[in-house]
Amino acid sequence: MGFESRRYFKIDRDRNEREGKEQVELFRGVNVDWLRLKWGFLGFSLIFSVAGIVAMGWNWSHIGSPVPLGVDFRGGTQVQLKFVQLPDLNAIRQAIAAAGIKDANVVTYDDAAYDEVLISLPEQKDETSLDAGRQQIEDALKAHYANPIIPAGTKVDVVGPTVGHQLESKAALATLYSMLGMLVYLWFRFQLIYGVAAVVACFHDTLITVGAFALTGQEISLTVIAAILTLVGYSMNDTIVVFDRIRENLRLSRRESLPDVVNRSINQTLSRTVLTSGLTFLTVLSLFIFGGPVLRGFSFALVVGILIGTYSSIAVAAPMLVAWQQWRGQGKATTLPAARRSKA
Amino acid sequence: MKKNLRSKVVLIVAVLVVCIYGIVGVPSGVSGNALMEAVGQRIHLGLDLRGGVHLILQVVVKEAVSAETDNTVGQIEQALKTANLSFTQVYKPDPTKQPQLIRIEGTAPAQAATVRSTLDTKYSNEYDLAGGGADNTWTLTMKPSVVTALEQKTDEQAIETIRDRVDSLGVSEPLIQQYGLGDNQILVELPGISDVDRVKGIIQDTSRLEIHAVVGGPYKDEQEAAASVGGAIPPDDILVHFSGMVSGGSESDSVYVLQRPYIVGGQDFRSADPGTDQNGRRNVRFTLTNEAGDKFYDYTSKNVGQSMAVVMGGSVREVATIQSAIRDSGEITGSFTPAEVERLSKILRTGALPASLIYLEDRTVGATLGADSIHKGVMAAVVGIVVVMAFMLFYYRGSGINADLALIFNLVILLGFMGVSTATLTLPGIAGVILTIGMGVDSNVLIFERIREEVRAGKAAAAAVDQGFAHAWVTIIDTHVTTIVSAAILFMFGTGPVKGFATTLTIGLLANLFTAVFVSRVIFDAHLNKLKPGEPLSI
Repeated sequence: MGFESRRYFKIDRDRNEREGKEQVELFRGVNVDWLRLKWGFLGFSLIFSVAGIVAMGWNWSHIGSPVPLGVDFRGGTQVQLKFVQLPDLNAIRQAIAAAGIKDANVVTYDDAAYDEVLISLPEQKDETSLDAGRQQIEDALKAHYANPIIPAGTKVDVVGPTVGHQLESKAALATLYSMLGMLVYLWFRFQLIYGVAAVVACFHDTLITVGAFALTGQEISLTVIAAILTLVGYSMNDTIVVFDRIRENLRLSRRESLPDVVNRSINQTLSRTVLTSGLTFLTVLSLFIFGGPVLRGFSFALVVGILIGTYSSIAVAAPMLVAWQQWRGQGKATTLPAARRSKA
Repeated sequence: MKKNLRSKVVLIVAVLVVCIYGIVGVPSGVSGNALMEAVGQRIHLGLDLRGGVHLILQVVVKEAVSAETDNTVGQIEQALKTANLSFTQVYKPDPTKQPQLIRIEGTAPAQAATVRSTLDTKYSNEYDLAGGGADNTWTLTMKPSVVTALEQKTDEQAIETIRDRVDSLGVSEPLIQQYGLGDNQILVELPGISDVDRVKGIIQDTSRLEIHAVVGGPYKDEQEAAASVGGAIPPDDILVHFSGMVSGGSESDSVYVLQRPYIVGGQDFRSADPGTDQNGRRNVRFTLTNEAGDKFYDYTSKNVGQSMAVVMGGSVREVATIQSAIRDSGEITGSFTPAEVERLSKILRTGALPASLIYLEDRTVGATLGADSIHKGVMAAVVGIVVVMAFMLFYYRGSGINADLALIFNLVILLGFMGVSTATLTLPGIAGVILTIGMGVDSNVLIFERIREEVRAGKAAAAAVDQGFAHAWVTIIDTHVTTIVSAAILFMFGTGPVKGFATTLTIGLLANLFTAVFVSRVIFDAHLNKLKPGEPLSI
């Protein structure tokens, strides 16, 4: 941080004192040398990324896919039943086994509502026998379990292998296209290197978020993919706020070195970065707590993703710009392309 | 300097009124219940919130291609005969795996040139012709572009047929459309229906009626039937079980050998009505299309005394001897039950499916589950809004009121749009509304922080507001574009519930551009108009 900016904050404080105004404010006049922390950031990111990758590898060798897949992707039959009386999972398991249904997985659907049970059957090999599983479960329960189900509280998902696999590749493609779209947009609005840095940060967020699913053993469903795609867009936001400021500062003070500009920009935008993410985080947290089990995976992805996304715009995207310049300039005093002039 | 805000305020109020109308319409009363009911009628709920059936079907388009080439095989035979060209046989070498192939064998070497020109003039538009060398064998392959067009037509026909059939169920607001993920897939969504078996029965009714020429039969079993044609079934023949009642009344399980290409089938029927014959037996009276009528007349006039089999749902229902030539109308007197006759005539009227369907995905949501989801979603939304609003008030004081007003306005526009448009609100859609709150308020934060910064830099309130909006605007556009781009990709990729999410998030953020920038600015300006010169802004 240069002399100039310290004075800047001092004036500010003087002025506030003079006006006797009360302002609630986070991070007033912070002056952190973020770039000095880059090795710490790198370590932190590596630990989480590697942990996620290791968990994915472990899953791969144990369940055949990097993350547990929901019925949308895995295919198979999933029946959610609501019972009149509190159901006994073991009795249900016995009833299903008694009917000769193999490999059925019976769990309580929601920790908060014990009257609902989720029964899953593995993927049917053959598309024509798709419906058999659902009928079998209903018949088995009718025959061997006295506790009747409430028909209006039943949800059945039967997904054939074709659709599941199509979705899998489409989901990966959609995420990829999304990132590509970001890259092109940032390239157009800033410079290629800004786009690359932002997309690397974004990939980092996606990797760690998916890793969190692998680590905690939660299933990835279609809505989780929706959350991840949203994150791809949203984690850009903080990055753009910082980049916008870097661009502005580069234009205003051309003599200042890039690391100084980047540091100053992060510090100047720190409270809004934390505030915007924090507020979105609060709404997502409310969704996680109150939104019910259907949206649990969705909100979990957002809770993790927003935290990581905020961190990465400071710890990954901005330092990458500096690293790129240092690598290109090899110590020479080249500056970052000052980015295209914004019209504002 | 005071700004004249009247036209802007009028615009804002107008938008507000339109959106409130979009949400509640003209409610029958002002009581809470009447309002809730009005909202329920305006906003379309997705399947996951109101319960219903969601199906994805695969159209087996190969069947349509096969039917088309079957047709061509008959035409080629006819054309060669008419031109007095000799040949041993016209057939399809691999009808199941490669339905697009037709082979002609045993033409006379001397006539090769004439055969080529005959085939070329008639079929070069649809088929690629090869062969005609020393082995006197020709191969016609349907052109890929023709296959694609045929598949497309088959899909469209299947969708039309399914729509007709679903309409007979009386479902309100059914959704039947081509499904984006794979080739030749159809998405069917039927809100409010829970009996998936009945739906499937009606949609997938294989009551395809076809009339085939009988090669031989009845035989006791498949082995005997196969033996009658020399041990192996030739590619142009099929084995079909008899599943009706024989005249004696006993159930019989005999087997017939039929010619694979049908004489009339599927789309050839123009109408069909249930009736009874002079002996009081139930029958179906049918009328054929003109083209099919000509074809049928041609066949029946040449084959008087031969047998024809009526095939429905993959089994022979009746075998009749051709008494005289039939043109475009006739009756089928089979061993039909009343329900079957009724169904058959309905199916024939609505048009047969051009190809059979396979279920790829099948989801049913019970009605009360949806209500439960709505409850939880609304709860999460309310908590989210309250927390965010409270924070804005605490952190930005006076300007927090501004942000909160803009936020409420944002939600009103979003819900108003949902009410006016045909977009559906799904559970992830509610999540999209909640995210809109969180992301929408980000714009206010960006603007307010910038204003604070300008104030700190020594600017007067009006100038600070001006600069704050001007600078934050660029950032807001950038952040919104990225989020909307990913939501748009999500919209293209997703189905049902996920699409609902992409919709609310996109609309919410677009509305946010208006509320957080335009509306919030007007509120600021109105406030600044009242401030005395030099008085600080509460931010």
